[in-house]
Order: sequence, then structure tokens, then C-alpha cells
Amino acid sequence: MQEGNRISNLKKVFTNGILNENPTFRLVLGTCPTLAVTTSAINGLGMGLAATFVLLCSNIVISMLRKFIPDKVRIPAFIVIIATFVTVVQLLLQAYIPSLYDSLGLFIPLIVVNCIILARAEAFASKNPVVASGVDGLGMGLGFTLALTLIGAIRELIGSGTIFNMQVMGAGYEPMLIIVMASGGFLSYGLLLGIINALTNRKQQQKEAE
Amino acid sequence: MNIFLFMISCILTNNFIFSKFLGCCPFLGVSSKVSTAASMGLAVTFVMTIASFFAYMVDQWLLVPFGLDYMRTIAFILVIAALVQFVEMFLKKSSPGIYSALGIYLPLITTNCAVLGVATLNVTAEYNMLYSVMNGFFSALGFMLAIVLMAGVRERLESSKIPQCMKGFPISLVTAGLMAMAFMGFSGMV
Repeated sequence: MQEGNRISNLKKVFTNGILNENPTFRLVLGTCPTLAVTTSAINGLGMGLAATFVLLCSNIVISMLRKFIPDKVRIPAFIVIIATFVTVVQLLLQAYIPSLYDSLGLFIPLIVVNCIILARAEAFASKNPVVASGVDGLGMGLGFTLALTLIGAIRELIGSGTIFNMQVMGAGYEPMLIIVMASGGFLSYGLLLGIINALTNRKQQQKEAE
Repeated sequence: MNIFLFMISCILTNNFIFSKFLGCCPFLGVSSKVSTAASMGLAVTFVMTIASFFAYMVDQWLLVPFGLDYMRTIAFILVIAALVQFVEMFLKKSSPGIYSALGIYLPLITTNCAVLGVATLNVTAEYNMLYSVMNGFFSALGFMLAIVLMAGVRERLESSKIPQCMKGFPISLVTAGLMAMAFMGFSGMV
């Protein structure tokens, strides 16, 4: 019975990151990488997976050390742990996927200051046991990855007529370049956020009506 | 490169927010009032200028001579965190007025990607010390310009009619998109 409870709790923690508290669409955290790397679906996916790896590892390690880290220096301690895993990701990408490393560029070291990771360390991993923290990191990371891939796919489709570098639009399609440029990033993220808000609002109203 | 042109390029053409997406979190988070936006801009300018200087020294005199370039991210974030802590303590003692005006924004700067971003950019662009510090200072001015402009627009937005679903972040992002379009007009100037 207790075992069943634990598993259903973990499931809740996992889906929480993907749906209810999706870092990109519900909490609006980590906006810099969201806007900067989503010029194509593959970049969004790569960034999301890199952040997921860091989030998973840092959540587990921080949760393991949560009883040893003094309260006063916890933020610097968290940042050092996160920076360690970011360096690991950076070196791995540089060695094995140099093309992705080049296109993400500056934003790989900047995963260190991604607010999602520090926020999860502070709000979840520093208070919860190891397994739950790992699941939380995985859920949040996948939520972030899904959101980035979605925005990337939409921007790539409108801005260059392709998805994952495959031609989707017909030959006569004139790509709207503005969408893959800086201002298009703000516009498409803002409009998408508005649409998702409208959908959740409507769902809530339906629930209340029942 | 001419110093004046460099300044124009940092503030307008390559604006940190509108063309590089660095520092978007505070740009969206603390831009609801012009006064708080201005304090945030000041705090960021302060830290970014000093951080560029210290990051340059750490990189040139510590990391490169000992072949530790792969430790750059960790070293820089530690330098920035220590610096922010130090600036906070210093301001608390010497000028409580500025300290209380900056308030909670100072510790937040540690996780502002503009600061780590400028330190890393200085290294990849291979700027010398003078240009690193200037890049930090002028880019921060560009950030301040953007956040104060944004706060001005958002104060007006408060009283206008906006569809329920677009309130808050969505409309701010769309506004930022329109401002970025305007800033695109500066491209090609330098």
C-alpha cells in the first residue's frame, strides 16, 4: 500500500514538471535560452536535453548533500555543483556533437545561470529525498525540452519552411525570415504563451461550470 | 576599432536584450515600474563593468597560464558570485541609500545571464583589458536602456484593455518583439 502511494506520488512529481508547472509555459523561467536557441527544432531539442541532463544530475547531487550544505552558503554551493555538470555537458558536446556545440555557442555555459535549474535546486532538491528530486529534475527537464522543441519547430516551419531540416512547406512557400530573427523570437513566444493561457483558462471555466 | 563606434555597436546595434537575448529574465521580471527598472539597470551596470575586469584578469593570469581553460565557466561564475557578495557588503557599509534602492536586485544579478555572458563573450572575442571593460560597461548601458524603455511601455499597458489570456508575460513578450523590430533599424549602422 505504502509502496503504491510512493509510486503515485513520484508520478505526480514527474507530470507536474511537464504539464502543470511547465517551466517555459507556466512558470516562464529560463527565457533567455528559450528565446535564443529556438531558431530551429533541432537546436531547441539539443538545448533542452543538455539542460535536462544538468537538471537531473544537479538535483540528485544537491539532494544527496542537502544535510551537509550549511544554509548560509547554499546558493554558492548549488551554483558550483551546477557549473560542474555544465562543464561536463560542454566538453561532451564539444567532443561528440561539434555541430550542435557551434550552433548553441554561448548558451551552453549559460546553462549555469538558467533560473530553472537553480529554482528547482532551491525549491525541491534541497528539501526532498534523492529519488523524488531525480524524478522532479527529469520531469522539469522534459517539460523544458518539449516546450523548446515545440517553439523551435513552429519558428523553423514559418521562418524557413522546414522541420528538423526536412522540407515541409511546398516549393512556392516564401519563408518569413523575421520569425527566426530576434524580434520573431519574442513575438512567437509571446503569442504561443497567450494561446496556451487561453486554452487553460477555458479548461478551468469548464471545470468550474461542472 | 574606433571607441565611439564600439560604444554605438554595444548599446544599439548589438543590444544585449534585443539582439543577443542576454538578461531576458530580469528584463521581463523587474520591468513593471520605471524606478525599479532604473535601479536594476544601475546595479547591472555596476556589476557587469567590474565583472568584465575581474574575469579578464582571472582568465589571463590564472586560467590560461596554467592551462585550465576548461574550468572557465566555474571560475567565472565563482568570480561573479563573490563579486556580487562583496559589492553588496561594501554598499551596505558605505552607502546605505544606494543599497536600499537596489535592495533585492543585487543578489539576483548573480544569476543574470548578461553578466556571465559578457565575461564569456570577452574571452571568445579576444578583447584586451580596455575593450573587455568597455564591452561590459556599454553593453550594460544597452541593457539599462532596454529595461527602462520596456518599463515605460508597461506602465502605459497597465491602463489599457488587453484580452485576459494575453495579460502579464505574453503581452510583455509581444511588446519586446516590437521593440526588437525597432532596434533592427540600427543594424548596418556600424
